[in-house]
Amino acid sequence: MSEPTTVPPGGAPGGRASSAPLLGRGTEPTLFELSHPGRHSWSLRTTGIPEVPVDQLVPAGHRRENPVRLAEVSERDLVAHFTRLSHRQFSVDLGAYPLGSCTMKYNPKVCDAVAELPGLAGAHPASPASLTQGWLGLFVELEEVLCEITGMAAATLQPAAGAAGELTGLLLMRAWHEAQGQVRHKVIIPDSAHGTNPASVTLGGFEVVTVPSDNRGCVDMAALATVLDEDVAGIMLTNPNTLGLFEEDIAAIAAAVHEVGGLLYYDGANLNAILGVVRPGDMGFDIVHMNLHKTFATPHGGGGPGAGPVAVSERLVPYLPGPRPARTDKGGTSPTYEWMTPPRSIGRVHTWHGNSLVLARALAYILANGGDGLKRIAEIAVLNANWIRQRLTGTYDVPFDRPCMHEVVLSARTMKHQHGVRALDVAKRLLEEGFHAPTVYFPLIVEEALMIEPTETESPQTLDALAESFERIAQEADTEESGWMAQFPHFTPVRRLDEARAARTLIPTFDARN
Amino acid sequence: MGNYIPHTDDEVAAMLAFLGLSSLDELFDAVPEALKLQRTLELADGVGEPDVLAHMQAFGEQNRSRTDRLVCFAGGGAYDHEIPAVTRALAGRSEFVTSYTPYQPEVAQGVLQAIFEYQTMVARLAGLPVANASLYDGGSAAVEAVNLGVAASGRDTVWVSAGIHPHWRQMLATFAAGTGHRLQTIPLADGTTAWPDVDAESGDPPGVVLVGYPNYLGCIEDLGPARDVCDRTGALLVVGADPVAAGLLKSAGEWGADVMVGEGQVFGTALGFGGPYLGLFACAGSHVRRLPGRLVGETVDVDDRRAYVTTLRAREQDIRREKATSNVCTNQTLMAVTAAIQLGWLGTSGLVEVARRCAQATRYTRDALLSLDKVVPFVDAPVLREFAVRLPVPAETVVDRMADAGFLAGIALDGEFDDGEHGLLIAVTERRTRDEIDAYATALAKAVA
Repeated sequence: MSEPTTVPPGGAPGGRASSAPLLGRGTEPTLFELSHPGRHSWSLRTTGIPEVPVDQLVPAGHRRENPVRLAEVSERDLVAHFTRLSHRQFSVDLGAYPLGSCTMKYNPKVCDAVAELPGLAGAHPASPASLTQGWLGLFVELEEVLCEITGMAAATLQPAAGAAGELTGLLLMRAWHEAQGQVRHKVIIPDSAHGTNPASVTLGGFEVVTVPSDNRGCVDMAALATVLDEDVAGIMLTNPNTLGLFEEDIAAIAAAVHEVGGLLYYDGANLNAILGVVRPGDMGFDIVHMNLHKTFATPHGGGGPGAGPVAVSERLVPYLPGPRPARTDKGGTSPTYEWMTPPRSIGRVHTWHGNSLVLARALAYILANGGDGLKRIAEIAVLNANWIRQRLTGTYDVPFDRPCMHEVVLSARTMKHQHGVRALDVAKRLLEEGFHAPTVYFPLIVEEALMIEPTETESPQTLDALAESFERIAQEADTEESGWMAQFPHFTPVRRLDEARAARTLIPTFDARN
Repeated sequence: MGNYIPHTDDEVAAMLAFLGLSSLDELFDAVPEALKLQRTLELADGVGEPDVLAHMQAFGEQNRSRTDRLVCFAGGGAYDHEIPAVTRALAGRSEFVTSYTPYQPEVAQGVLQAIFEYQTMVARLAGLPVANASLYDGGSAAVEAVNLGVAASGRDTVWVSAGIHPHWRQMLATFAAGTGHRLQTIPLADGTTAWPDVDAESGDPPGVVLVGYPNYLGCIEDLGPARDVCDRTGALLVVGADPVAAGLLKSAGEWGADVMVGEGQVFGTALGFGGPYLGLFACAGSHVRRLPGRLVGETVDVDDRRAYVTTLRAREQDIRREKATSNVCTNQTLMAVTAAIQLGWLGTSGLVEVARRCAQATRYTRDALLSLDKVVPFVDAPVLREFAVRLPVPAETVVDRMADAGFLAGIALDGEFDDGEHGLLIAVTERRTRDEIDAYATALAKAVA
């Protein structure tokens, strides 16, 4: 079944954009194929500044011979193109996005309005503190709020994403051990960890030591004991872990790691599950990163921006990245703030102060929900995940048959062995049901993993519809001929892709096409 | 309080009953009682959205430095360029804003194709064949470029021009604590880098050479000597380019760069107190398998229709794990999409026009300021769209005084640039009018008096 393409190979110069509405079907030409020489959209201020010829502005030998070739399109065609692209994109605003480990909850629109406030969006980052007291005050308030939520002493807001937070945390770990006069080489991570964890460990200058999970899906305590020694700088844990299970032995793990002088790092990817219920600091963690784009609903933008603040216990505060905002008045009614660099700071981890407008969105979200609302978020997120687990038990394999936290990891193992239908097929079939797919094949320790995180913002009716779709797929796996499921999806903007070809014949730009 | 959870009490009760539970607390039975928070979080109760907006707006009111109150003459890697309504409208479409990383390409063609177009634009700007899907900001792109360069050259000595943004250099130092890279700062002489003599046999040749174009002081350096150092030592040349200046200047690729990095905020992203911004990263084809971050490639679907997908995934952290040379996962996709829209709006002629207007306005401003008593050039090297002057009084004082007159005067040079000569770094974009600049010069004359 071959669909006619709307643009022949080689493109359609001259711009046929406005006459070819696609509404999600067919092929959208690239902006370069819509280009027509001499057309343009730009419109700039009238400045009254005297004209100077370019050759008098650019020193000899530095001038570009030809202008950078960009698309030449009218504003009307530009709008049509990107609007049609948006029609080829699934998003939280379109429907449920149960992508495990990613906490794709609804992003309140009021936070968009906050990010557009001229007093926040219009501030130049190199402005002195005397002219940006509002931003420093906002940062201090957010740091305090995040510390209360995590049970930590102080935080840095600089890291731009979770992985940046991880590396920041590992450099804090390194600096702390060095200040104790120790060089430690190893960092322990469980076999269920996110891939960023081991990559960050390497960039932090440590070796990865992997510890297996036990048959209940938690850190194998006996195995942990065998790898703990005085060369261990610390351990990185996600709790609840990537199986959606709470590490019940966390107090014992903390004691054992601290016993050998190691530090505990909390990967905050799954913080949504425990807001207001239990805090990383109270579990014994020394360093915590948060993914504000997950837990605190800042939109993920199709792959960023995120924000990955790192909070630490008292003993690590002197090592935090700097400069940090600090309140400098003595508790008067009109607070004043200044930038300060901690005495043993590991240094700067962001070009400026962090992803500031993302930070502002997160604070707005926290203020709207409040302390009571945050706990409700965790409760309903966990309720939704358990409802899905219970409903689909018996239809799909449940590798760890115990109550989960905010997400549940199911498996298509039996389906694969009996009918040849894999987790990937389930995911692709679900796309056609109007839902985003769950995370598949992660964590790596579960065969044919389907990791489902409904989040608290999906209603019981949506959960019911989602569960029905999963059940229908299981039924089809049972009744349809082999190979039937592998044909899906049919009606998405494109169907299954030849991913091997993309890697084999690399076309990373329009210019590499021929 | 915020109303983002749909469940009614009856629905919660019914769901609990389905699970055989009698309270929400029982959902957390796996959490040891002794660890649980035995109180509510000490945070204010939730409030309505109008109250939230008012609270956040109050922070904004306490910022005197905002482009709607102070006319902006500050740059240093963050510039007050035009952001047209069309860029705001398209980049604000919720399909782009509220999607996740494109793990399911069948339903993510919008973001994937926009990134593909972005990669094409950045590669053309850089004069290099490959660009990635973005990094966090200019500084993080520089850090990743150095990591790539060390891996590719097999040598961990890194020569960093003192003309590289001081914050980028601070970041390089921070992350070198983990990687063990040895950073050497190569000083400036009158505004351009004074590269030492070197050949491959001598002492400790660099594996990576990093230089700004134009550099932090706005000076346009001849990159020939930097390329020459690389040719003699086998080091990789990394150029930190100003992507707007690139509208008029030779591309990094034309200078023989192996990698170009840059700050992409200039393409449609708000100043936003420093983030979220956009790390630009482009490189020679030979380095594509070490490319940090995500890369989108073109392919076809089963019906032979053109389609896009993240590719060369085997480089990435979730597959290579501890052997990965970068840990980047979430990047700055929305800012990359924004840049693609903005560059679509500018087009071939618009990028040149913006760069030309910046240069022209900078020339006009510099001439006006240097005609003032006791205001002299900080260095003599040629500049394009940013420049520094020496003032007779501390630049911090001048910035404060100028704020009272309605201007963000620039960036007071500190640290190594402050040789007691009170340097002020000034950027003039295409948004500045002759009247604004004339008023700025008049105010500066008073502020330094």
